[in-house]
Amino acid sequence: MMDRPTGGGQPTPEFEAQQAAWEAASAKGKPRSGPGSGATDRTLSDIPLKTCYGPADIAELDLARDLAWPGQYPYTRGIHPNGFRDRLWTMRQFAGFGTARQTNERYHFLLAQGQMGLSVAFDMPTLMGYDSDAPHARGEVGKCGVAIDSLADMEVLFEGIDMGKITTSMTINGPAAIAVAQYIAAAEKKGIPRAMLGGTIQADILKEYIAQKEWIFPPRPHMRVIVDMIQFCTEQMPKWNTISISGYHIREAGSTAAQELAFTLADGFAYVEACMKAGMDVDSFAPRLSYFFNAHIDFFEEIAKFRAARRIYARRMREKYGAKDPKSWQLRFHTQTAGCSATAQQPENNIVRVAYEALSAVLGGTQSLHTNSMDEVLALPTEKSVEIALRTQQVLAYETNVTNVVDPLGGSYFVEALTDEMERQAEAYFAQIEEFGGVIEAIEAGFFQKEIADASYRYQRSVESKDRVIVGVNHFTRDEERGDMDLLKITEETEREQAASVRAVRESRDANAVAKALGRLKAACADPKDNLMPHLIDCVNAYCTEGEIVDTMVSVYGRYTERSVF
Amino acid sequence: MDRPLRIVVAKAGLDGHDRGAKVIARALRDAGMEVIYTGLFQTPEQIVQTAIQEDADGIGLSILSGAHMTLFPLILDQLKAQQAEDIVFFGGGTIPPEDAEALRERGVQAVFTPGAPLQEIVDFVNDACGKRRALVG
Repeated sequence: MMDRPTGGGQPTPEFEAQQAAWEAASAKGKPRSGPGSGATDRTLSDIPLKTCYGPADIAELDLARDLAWPGQYPYTRGIHPNGFRDRLWTMRQFAGFGTARQTNERYHFLLAQGQMGLSVAFDMPTLMGYDSDAPHARGEVGKCGVAIDSLADMEVLFEGIDMGKITTSMTINGPAAIAVAQYIAAAEKKGIPRAMLGGTIQADILKEYIAQKEWIFPPRPHMRVIVDMIQFCTEQMPKWNTISISGYHIREAGSTAAQELAFTLADGFAYVEACMKAGMDVDSFAPRLSYFFNAHIDFFEEIAKFRAARRIYARRMREKYGAKDPKSWQLRFHTQTAGCSATAQQPENNIVRVAYEALSAVLGGTQSLHTNSMDEVLALPTEKSVEIALRTQQVLAYETNVTNVVDPLGGSYFVEALTDEMERQAEAYFAQIEEFGGVIEAIEAGFFQKEIADASYRYQRSVESKDRVIVGVNHFTRDEERGDMDLLKITEETEREQAASVRAVRESRDANAVAKALGRLKAACADPKDNLMPHLIDCVNAYCTEGEIVDTMVSVYGRYTERSVF
Repeated sequence: MDRPLRIVVAKAGLDGHDRGAKVIARALRDAGMEVIYTGLFQTPEQIVQTAIQEDADGIGLSILSGAHMTLFPLILDQLKAQQAEDIVFFGGGTIPPEDAEALRERGVQAVFTPGAPLQEIVDFVNDACGKRRALVG
């Protein structure tokens, strides 16, 4: 009878001899030179890498404490016991351009192609609280997303779509509470009660000050608006995820993976603290917080980031905030592939980048996914390119079989060591943020902005020096770009049409009702005890425009101005 | 050259994407220029006023929101109205090739699109603004 093989990761003398031999052989290697060679020993985020990882790198790992099994605290291996076997991630393509009518057509197209949820992209004036006929809106209407000026546009946006069945994510931050009010009002006009509405709203204003820069009010009053919204949705919309806290834009602004992880979770904890301070029980709202991360091109680093995010979150929610409901410990997240990794040169290559990035999100256990279209670095995507992006997810979900085993990289020496390193770096950032006195104080001191600007400049320098290779940009370039790609054009006609339509709304409504609703809203803004949401719903039902509502709120709260650091 | 070149790096309209603008601002500063970064959400009028008041040699405008065909020409108009057309006006962002060409035809001296090497931008600014300095003093 043979001896039972030695297991449990205990290095035997034979194994140790093998290790010594490998180390000797490895030391004789000659590092390659030339483009890309400067980045062979660190991740995209500058984390130093070993040539190969082994049992010693996870010697500190406590299986029960740090890993457990899928669906078990601290959820390193995922929040569902069966991963994607029970339920695939939601394929949710972010879309919006031009008028509500044009975007509604795109939604019908995407749903017909097998997309599972909607995700609304708004244009810059809508994101910043300006109507389409405002001077600030010139040149921007319908360009980065769809223009929504009033409830009338929201009604058109969801025409022919069953709002009681579909889930919708809305990416809007400054005016998030207004967009929720419009969504509720549009559904209720169709006879669908707010309690039936499912989806989420980005509403994460802290990351606006940190990275995306689409703020309206200063941080402190903005936090009040968000807490009001979370409280209202917690009570009245049981299927709604009250806020999506986003690292995506932090990464796009140039942060490292660890910064994205740390700053996003720090923002999340700031909302948790604000809600608890407003008297809410942590388990009443925490189960419906959700997160949004970037999937960049450094494959393993991203997987480690997702795994670390779940573990850090679970630990803090349970240990620091005293949450008792396991749902409060579980970090659920949406992922989008990295727009900043896409290149304008040889744009078809972006299809390949997106596929790898999407795979990292899936192996990291994402709950929903947006795959970027190859042409998004040049313009909003065409129907053809958005279809390829969606098909990329479908190939991943149905052909590759990566969905059959949960957390397939769990136990990998490398991935576990990198997951630990991510957690360590995030904890170091939390300590720094605490020294400032909190997230808002760190924003006011320009801390995040400076950290991100430094990281993005370091990265750009490494590309310039060709330490890092970007195919088609600094290596394997073509003399002549083909330039034969069809691009989606948003014309000035869209701007004129939308400006005319918002003027028509203003002329056709009951002016008296508008004035009254805005008056009540203004009074509520000045009274911290009066939840703003019912007043916002009254305003949108009276067809107040977004610009009017925002102006009313600005008259109480003011507009934010940033001290710029570069 | 007696004093360093002065460059206004500007963000116009409602576009909050400031990563590119900040990287360019640093690269120009590292190349020895004085850089004035306007911050976000400036109007074309404000940007040209800043350039004139700061006695700038050049304005670099960054736009990633798709509003480039509106905002670049508005700045050109302002430069003309203020008789400041000697100020070198260049820019960049997510700008499709045919739009970049159209903007160059209208008088934008250089349009850099994603992936443009920083050195190329620094060289352009040194060259174009250096020539302007030689003429204007």
